[in-house]
Amino acid sequence: MKTRIFVTLKNGVLDPQGKAIHHAIEGLGFAGVNDVRAGRLIEIDHEPGLSKADLEAMCSKLLANMVIENFEIEQA
Amino acid sequence: MRAAVIQFPGSNCDRDMAVAISEITGAETSLVWHREGELPAGVDLIAIPGGFSYGDYLRSGAMAARSPVMQAVIAAAGRGVPVLGVCNGFQILTEAGLLPGALMRNAGIRFVCRTVKLTVENSQSIFTSQYMAGEEIHIPVAHHDGNYFADAATLDRLEGEGRVAFRYAETVNGSSRNIAGIINDAGNVLGMMPHPERMTEAVHGGSDGRRLFEGLIRQIA
Repeated sequence: MKTRIFVTLKNGVLDPQGKAIHHAIEGLGFAGVNDVRAGRLIEIDHEPGLSKADLEAMCSKLLANMVIENFEIEQA
Repeated sequence: MRAAVIQFPGSNCDRDMAVAISEITGAETSLVWHREGELPAGVDLIAIPGGFSYGDYLRSGAMAARSPVMQAVIAAAGRGVPVLGVCNGFQILTEAGLLPGALMRNAGIRFVCRTVKLTVENSQSIFTSQYMAGEEIHIPVAHHDGNYFADAATLDRLEGEGRVAFRYAETVNGSSRNIAGIINDAGNVLGMMPHPERMTEAVHGGSDGRRLFEGLIRQIA
């Protein structure tokens, strides 16, 4: 079973990487992009029995830094 | 006096740190591999050196902070053993929860590698007792993720409790309130991005980092 975990910066936390990507998009001539925020996608292949609570604990203990990041768990 | 310098896969300032500690303080200094579950008995000082532990995978310091030796470091810090984290060591200390906040990508996105001017903000800590408050010193930085972030309440608390040890006296990486180094609430853990071990004798181009280690002898001996 696969679960996708999205880790994104919290609102209000400056994202220099997203800003650089935004500049590069504009440099390619694409107009109309207001903002870019970069994050991370982590795919976990696991036994069906793994609980949502365990996945959440993995996120808060390791996969996301709760000082600056949020996570979302998407189960297939 | 006994010191331990922790080595992770990808640490690269471990030997410089061990030399600075042993030559300046005279401490019997051992390098401790990250898989060790215990520190040398009777350790008086722990240093977490700079580098790129685990290739900075996931986040700088994130993997190292969960390695076996860090449980021993956290326990020792809880007993009051002084812990110095420099550069990647500072990132590891925040990831391990020994210091508040996080070190994010430099605001200018570039890796910054040069000597910078710092202001010593607090000369009352065990790490900074040989400096004068307000003194300007020059110490090199070499990092990509040195942009210190914490929420406003945490920053206010750090400032109010005199826990900002060093501040950049110039624009370096976008750090909140130009913070370069902070101390924990108990006063025995210091994390800083600049490398004092790289500025300890004239041949380095200056010795402003030396007094940090000299101060530790007085505190620990």
